[in-house]
Amino acid sequence: MKDKPLVSLISAGLSKFGKLEGLYAREIFAEAAKEAYERCPKLDPKKDIKALYVGHMGESYEHQGHTGATMADWAGLLHIPATRTEAACASSGAALRTALQAVLSGLSDVVMVGGVEKMTHRSTADVTEYLAMASDFPFEQWQGMTFPGLYALMATAHMHEYGTTEKDMATVAVKNHYHGSLNPKAHMQKEITLETAMTSRVVAWPLKLYDCSLITDGASCLILTKPELASKFTDTPVHIVGSGQASDTIGLYERESLTSLAAAKLAAKQAYEMADMKPEDINIAEVHDCFTIAEIIAYEDLGFCKAGEGGKLAEEGETRLGGRIPVNTSGGLKSKGHPVGATGTAQAYEIFLQLTGQAERRQVKDAEIGLTHNVGGSGATATVHIYRRG
Amino acid sequence: MSGKEQFTIERLCQGLSQGKLLGGKCVKCRKIHFPPRPLCDKCFSDRFEQVEISPNGKLLTYTIIHIAPSQFQAMAPYAMGIVQMENGLKVPGMIRDVAADKIKIGMSLKIMFESCIPTSNWPQWPRYYFKPA
Repeated sequence: MKDKPLVSLISAGLSKFGKLEGLYAREIFAEAAKEAYERCPKLDPKKDIKALYVGHMGESYEHQGHTGATMADWAGLLHIPATRTEAACASSGAALRTALQAVLSGLSDVVMVGGVEKMTHRSTADVTEYLAMASDFPFEQWQGMTFPGLYALMATAHMHEYGTTEKDMATVAVKNHYHGSLNPKAHMQKEITLETAMTSRVVAWPLKLYDCSLITDGASCLILTKPELASKFTDTPVHIVGSGQASDTIGLYERESLTSLAAAKLAAKQAYEMADMKPEDINIAEVHDCFTIAEIIAYEDLGFCKAGEGGKLAEEGETRLGGRIPVNTSGGLKSKGHPVGATGTAQAYEIFLQLTGQAERRQVKDAEIGLTHNVGGSGATATVHIYRRG
Repeated sequence: MSGKEQFTIERLCQGLSQGKLLGGKCVKCRKIHFPPRPLCDKCFSDRFEQVEISPNGKLLTYTIIHIAPSQFQAMAPYAMGIVQMENGLKVPGMIRDVAADKIKIGMSLKIMFESCIPTSNWPQWPRYYFKPA
């Protein structure tokens, strides 16, 4: 394990996730920023925060682009450099990576990074179309493909190659809804049964409604600084000790494997090497469960189990609270919700709470090492970060 | 056609409208690209020749789309898959003329061509789909 962290998290904020009627993205982002400021009373945001990076996927939702400057203004940080990053559902994972580079470069010693998306005011058909923009236009979207469809292609291939079942996938949904029922900020704080999940209506066979993450409004943010400055702001920092990011073909059909994400495996390898850690060292993880099959594949890509054994890992309860490696204690994208641009840093928010002992009813006892895995599109972008309690 | 003449996605679409599935073969390293690209991702050559891809392939994976974008809603539910053509290239597309419960991984499929379905705001490109061979 490496002694010197890359950067330190000194605070974090998360808006309520859900159907936030009557609110604009900028107002939701301000709510997340306010929590981050309140959690860190020694921070003077206007004086200390030197830059903002914001993950945001789509200007179609609110007919609003230029999100970096907009969010800086509404977070009370007018005039600092503010930049939007876009990498589909990994937009704020990519923002975190960018913010980390800004601190490591020495250019900005305290940086805010976050993400936001306002989606629920649009029809399901509109959201389906906007999300599909993260896939290949001429050969996927134009042929009639959808996002659930792309993950369904992976699910069918995984079932065929490894014998993974629809029940394995439903098990992931039941687990994440249980975790979400313990999270007061989750979109759907409701437990579901295996039967509910398995008999829900088909979205893109073999994926059903309860295999899919939620269309959600929400925002998240983190405040990062150099490790040597962390003690100036807090006694309980969380350090980032590993970071990885990789890319792949935009079209799923061009990839060698349809049952794993090469970008996620590469990002994980980089992060583990940087942290000098192995998958066995991880106590908790927030993974990108945009669809239940994505969580099963994430277990395998991150090395929590062998290829093809992800369904079994879920079935055995190893990734449930109380298991060997609780995954998505926040409820994940499945139950907490998936405001796409906000997801990457919302995952880091959960790890921040867990590693500082503030996760209340879903607290994992003595959690010391956490991991986040954020995927864009069908896997053309992946970011992995590893965290250590300060 | 070979040499420096550009083989673009647009030309691929022209090929589709003439009932041909075209790939771009790198003159230098021989890698065949679908879709064609201006720069070989293996050897960085910008010289390609047009090759016609065999219309037959096998189904690698599939899904049945029930919730579709508005442009495709009238067709739902419909099957989509990824087909590995005889030369190894993988092509995604709709699978038609077969009942959903008769679709199986590994089945033989054949590409079919049709003129574009006019829509209000998407490009008016010709289309293709797969059906059992």
